[in-house]
Amino acid sequence: MEALAGAGLRDRTLEALRRIQPPPRVVADEEGLKPFETDAFIQRRETPMLAALPETEAQVRAIVSACNSLGVPVVSRGAGTGISGGAIPRRDGVLLVLSRMTRVLEVDALGRSATVEPGVRNLHVSEVAAPHGLFYAPDPSSQSVCSIGGNVAENAGGIHCLKYGLTTHNLLALRVVDADGDVFEAGSRALDAQGYDVLALLAGSEGNLGVITQAVVKLLPLPERVETLLGAFPSVRQAADAVSEIIGAGIVPAALEMMDRIVIEACERCWAMGFPAGAEALLLAEVDGGAEEAREALEAVRSIMQRCGASQVRSAEDAAERERLWRARKGAFTALASILPDYYTIDGTIPRRCLPGVLERVYELAAEYGLTVGNVFHAGDGNIHPCIFYDANKPGDLAHAEEMGGRILEHCVEVGGTITGEHGVGVEKLRQMCVQFRPAELAAFHDVKRAFDPRGILNPGKAVPTLKRCAEWGGMHVHGGRLPHPDIPRF
Amino acid sequence: MADAFIAGLCEKVRDHAARKAPLRIRGGGSKDFYGERSEGEILDLSSYAGIVAYEPKELVVTVRAGTRLEELEAALAAERQMLAFEPPHFGPGATIGGAVAAGLSGPRRPYAGAVRDFVLGTRIVNGKGEDLAFGGRVIKNVAGYDVSRLMAGALGTLGVITEISFKVLPLPAAEATLEFEMDEARAIEQCNLWAGQPLPLSATAWQDGRLRVRLSGAPPAVAAAKAKMGGAGVDAGDYWRDLREQRLAFFAGSPLLWRLSVPQAAPPIATGAQLIEWGGGVRWVAGEINALDVRSSLQRTGGHATLFRGGDGSIGVFQPLQPALAKIHRRLKEAFDPAGILNRGRMYAF
Repeated sequence: MEALAGAGLRDRTLEALRRIQPPPRVVADEEGLKPFETDAFIQRRETPMLAALPETEAQVRAIVSACNSLGVPVVSRGAGTGISGGAIPRRDGVLLVLSRMTRVLEVDALGRSATVEPGVRNLHVSEVAAPHGLFYAPDPSSQSVCSIGGNVAENAGGIHCLKYGLTTHNLLALRVVDADGDVFEAGSRALDAQGYDVLALLAGSEGNLGVITQAVVKLLPLPERVETLLGAFPSVRQAADAVSEIIGAGIVPAALEMMDRIVIEACERCWAMGFPAGAEALLLAEVDGGAEEAREALEAVRSIMQRCGASQVRSAEDAAERERLWRARKGAFTALASILPDYYTIDGTIPRRCLPGVLERVYELAAEYGLTVGNVFHAGDGNIHPCIFYDANKPGDLAHAEEMGGRILEHCVEVGGTITGEHGVGVEKLRQMCVQFRPAELAAFHDVKRAFDPRGILNPGKAVPTLKRCAEWGGMHVHGGRLPHPDIPRF
Repeated sequence: MADAFIAGLCEKVRDHAARKAPLRIRGGGSKDFYGERSEGEILDLSSYAGIVAYEPKELVVTVRAGTRLEELEAALAAERQMLAFEPPHFGPGATIGGAVAAGLSGPRRPYAGAVRDFVLGTRIVNGKGEDLAFGGRVIKNVAGYDVSRLMAGALGTLGVITEISFKVLPLPAAEATLEFEMDEARAIEQCNLWAGQPLPLSATAWQDGRLRVRLSGAPPAVAAAKAKMGGAGVDAGDYWRDLREQRLAFFAGSPLLWRLSVPQAAPPIATGAQLIEWGGGVRWVAGEINALDVRSSLQRTGGHATLFRGGDGSIGVFQPLQPALAKIHRRLKEAFDPAGILNRGRMYAF
């Protein structure tokens, strides 16, 4: 009976989508839907009921309106590079694929902004800005394929956040279709907009509050000079101290990345980088700006690294050398895949001063679970990315790795951090949301969602867990290391 | 004591919500002039003060809303750090909670970021009397909707801000001011051209054919920029502070002060004497303007006009919202403050 009703709804939805003029491309056959069954959180898959690939905002509106009136869920998807499962489809829903909306509508060189459709690739924005001496700062590691719509939905970060901020800091305005099919503009081409900062809510809302049809992003001047240096340290603690010292000295590096021994060894095996034997941690620092400024910062960082006990500090003399140094960072995941092909990446953020302690805890957990963990991460932001290796062919190994990942995230919350710095909650971290937030806070998130999407058709079940789910999981809220209201009974 | 204050605050808000009796949230009262008139019993936050946590090496400070802005800035300056959004005080009593609620940023804004860009987390009491925490004390955080930034500029209409965590930045080691003779159109264009180059700009102001540009950063960067940009180096004295605090003679010219927020490269707007800040992004107009005309023309180019000071209620302080966006605003207000008691009417009718 239920299956019949489901089939009926599918047919009615298909009919409604086909009535749209001009018609968007609609994929309805099992074979054609196959490529859409997961994003980059490949542990989870689902075949969508239907997929629609609009090319215009008018089509997006029509698709959302049709789904809203039928009560059919809509899951938006860009390039599908998200690693928390935010774009995993629903069997009872339409997958709204925005990858065909790829026009760059305007590059305003004088006003330093670019207006793009959601399917434009992140790197492409910097490519079209480059002739004007400008660039788009957020640079998630998937930047050659990931698209702006998804970047906004996830509030994507990257390597250069410490100085240049997250996506939310680099957005001027968005055009958005809400669940009613109404279009509104959040933010403005000016430096502020009237009313509430709706733009802030939309950045990182994981497709729950609206469908982005256009983004106006900020472009920044390309730095005159970039200096890169790599320090090898005999201990993680010394490298972490160097991070604090650099920032404490008033230097804001463009990037400050750390890698631990497992990663160093993997890189060494792949590319024979020639790192000193016995290095437990590598620190890769990039400073940029005017030529004099960058040179001065370079020398300051070099002397801090040396003072903190670096056994070797190398700086890049030219672009080729810089590329080589960055290869260890950017290619780290490839190198790691040489250890075991399957890994699961964690995305907690912690206060920087807690880095050595949290990494020690990660190693302890790895020993407890009998799993291998490599760490390569944004040390300057306190954004850690432990990679837990598992064997997908071994039954239960993934679940084992996921459980360990969950414990790392809970530890991040205990020390005053967060369960996700830049990857998003998606379906992956719903459970940890119950640890980070109290029921009233989760309820406030649901209230925010209702303001944009009263019927709850936009990406339901992602990003924010229901209170019921939290109760079932027995989630215990831990905030900044202490339990709030320890006197009240827990459900 | 802190817990008792928050508990009392929750209790009070719950009581007012039950009676639908409005509350007017107030810190130092320095921004009472800003926004629409709001009625209700005063909810005084000025006693909820003090720095909760400050780790200079983390570039993060957590502070209670009633903390005086002066006090916070002094504590940061002692560690050679600052609030990079350079908030205006508009009076010695100004509190950090009020600065965030008003959402106003100072001269450094186009080059460093706005209040909302530096807010990492907030603790609020919503209109249901619930004590809620959003965001956190770390630089990167995408767990849950970004409600903390939403509080910046909401004028207390969505919640009583009780604590805020900020990202702070190092104080620049060197600062210099350059002066240029330039007409309005040329000054706007020049500011935008400079902003497209890696120069350590930290403020601009144009008035009466004279453009001033502030440079801040590492000494070699400031020196190199001075050489590159030309112009005359001047001793700015308290100029930038007076600009931020609206103590320059320009601001005393009329009881009415309009703030036109426009795309930075927007051409000159013909509406009488102006002071132009933010690399062209803010045009201050002292005196009457044709609000309807200006607002509808700004709307088309992506801007808005605010009657910053001196309104008598005959013209709305804030530019009306487009219908689809107004709908979202009403629903957000209802979500956070269903009884409609927090700073009712201070921003829009709800």
